[in-house]
Amino acid sequence: MNFEEHAAKPLLAGAGIPVPEGILAATPEEAARAAEKIGPCVVKAQAPTGKRGKAGGIKLAASPEEARSHAGAILGMSIDGWKIDRLLVEAQVPIAREFYAAVLDDNAARSPVVLFSTMGGMDVEEAAERDPNAMRRIPVGINEGLSPEAARKGIAGLDLGGAEEAVVDTLVRLYGLYREVDAELVEINPLCLTEDGRIVALDCKLTIDDSAGPRQEELSEKAAPQKMTDLEAEAAAAGLKYIELSGSVGVLANGAGLTMTTMDAITHYGGEPANFLEIGGEAYTKAETALSILLKNPNIRSLLVNFCGAFARTDVMADGVVKAWKALDPDIPVFFTIHGTGEDEAVALVERELGIKPADLMDDAVRKAVDAAREAAA
Amino acid sequence: MILRKHHSILVQGMTGKQGTFWTQAMIDYGATVVAGVNPRKAGTEHLGRPIYASARDAAGETPFDVALMFVPPMGARAAAIDACEAGAKLVICLTEHIPAHDVMEMHAAAKASGTRIVGPNTAGLVTPGETFAGIMPAFNDRVFKPGRVGVISRSGSLGTLLCLNLVQAGMGISVFYGVGGDPMIGTTTKDALQFLDEDDRTDAVVICGEIGGSAEEEAAEYASGMNKPVAAFIAGRASPPGKKMGHAGAIVSGGKGDYASKRKALEAAGVAVADVPSQAPGLLKAA
Repeated sequence: MNFEEHAAKPLLAGAGIPVPEGILAATPEEAARAAEKIGPCVVKAQAPTGKRGKAGGIKLAASPEEARSHAGAILGMSIDGWKIDRLLVEAQVPIAREFYAAVLDDNAARSPVVLFSTMGGMDVEEAAERDPNAMRRIPVGINEGLSPEAARKGIAGLDLGGAEEAVVDTLVRLYGLYREVDAELVEINPLCLTEDGRIVALDCKLTIDDSAGPRQEELSEKAAPQKMTDLEAEAAAAGLKYIELSGSVGVLANGAGLTMTTMDAITHYGGEPANFLEIGGEAYTKAETALSILLKNPNIRSLLVNFCGAFARTDVMADGVVKAWKALDPDIPVFFTIHGTGEDEAVALVERELGIKPADLMDDAVRKAVDAAREAAA
Repeated sequence: MILRKHHSILVQGMTGKQGTFWTQAMIDYGATVVAGVNPRKAGTEHLGRPIYASARDAAGETPFDVALMFVPPMGARAAAIDACEAGAKLVICLTEHIPAHDVMEMHAAAKASGTRIVGPNTAGLVTPGETFAGIMPAFNDRVFKPGRVGVISRSGSLGTLLCLNLVQAGMGISVFYGVGGDPMIGTTTKDALQFLDEDDRTDAVVICGEIGGSAEEEAAEYASGMNKPVAAFIAGRASPPGKKMGHAGAIVSGGKGDYASKRKALEAAGVAVADVPSQAPGLLKAA
């Protein structure tokens, strides 16, 4: 789950990290009114992407009139595929320096890591590549947490213009927030040192672990929308992972690894997959729903059903497919290959109910599905 | 470590629907299942095995080597820590969708107790003809004919396909090592490769990798020093970047973990990479 700046910043404030005063606006009129209240301001497009500044989605405004005009230009823009329909109007801050601070999961270390750099702002990754010493990494034990001493040690030797203790305090609070909200990543860039020596978070990027959704229910509701097609949204609502692609061979498989492999094999044999859709794990009982969503994609010319049952029982999945196939009676050819748990029952069911003999080799089923899609397109 | 018949297994969550189905399959196959855990059914028996309130309770009366977790995501942290503190040598965590911070706590507990964790989100371990622990169709001898090729896989379904392809080509399986599809796993592809390298019943190894992370690159480094032939298949060549492909670990982001870099690393280490899984047996024979 990604969070837009306007949803993430109140969480920073709640954790005791100062943020500028800000008001959310959906029209140029609202932006002007916000600017009137706040004074000289920044008008910022709201979208869960790091490309807002470069795309012209962040503008300084000295007056309400200027805020109105910038808002008019930014609202309706498309940035990195996101349509901008909301702005954050924020008080300007007298920036002396721009730092970078983040806490994230370190998958290789199986523990959190805190990052800090004095080279904040745009292109922080490039800056870190040019000068690896500029980015400090502070590994944190999940049970120990980040102590002020560890943070102090982590930033030792950096020239922070006298803000050392304020930065230490910010890092400790940021780590606390990371833990509290089950973040995968919480990043402040830039973390600003003001001309009068204060630390203020000027932007915030927050990603919360999807798996923690059940215990972060209140926050989940504030997450940014995802880029999804209508069919992807329908599948998500049914608890299925579906990704629409541009090809013509429909894919129904169980398990993430096998589904990716099926797409690879379709490509290898000269076809193009129409989708990623896996019904593995707990979703193996949803074959019927999955197939009905998959068949709504108008580009599909043939369907490949590839089951390799481990946990997912192929007999249960095949039963769902047969039911959906009979109910929907689609006008495309379907090819099966079925192995693993429940294989004998599943193969017998497909032969009996649909009169189709599953291929023993996945490659044979894939070739046939690719050929059928090509013939249908010709 | 490689799972052997003499390893005694405690099943956490044995009494549930899936726990019952797979534990029975394991017992029928010859696995040494000694006890189960369910706090609400402590003191009863299930599938002829005693049920305890916790792994710690079980350890006192019915010692075990391995804890196998059929536990829902929100209960996984407590169950894994319980198993570690009870002295399990190995914890096999089948659970998918455990919050990442909980997974970190599980790994911290394992480090403190000297326990090895396989997973999370693994399909388990199979030693064909001998024993298995997890959710793999070990009992299907078209997939798991005993033999001398070791298979390592992040995915259960793809691992099943690879084993099937090897058996279809006249080979057999010595060990199936499911390492799991999560981004933060306890036993890596490289760890499993080392176990199979050291196993005198394994002559060759197939790695079933996936896009995302750097497990295959690390394994490649180890493989470059091996005498046994190693082949690999990496799933996800046709997957679009920036999308999580079902497994939480299977995502290409910022140009890291992509297919090309994995293939390059493996081939540079002398590992033959198959375009489709069915090519893997031929690559092993040629090696």
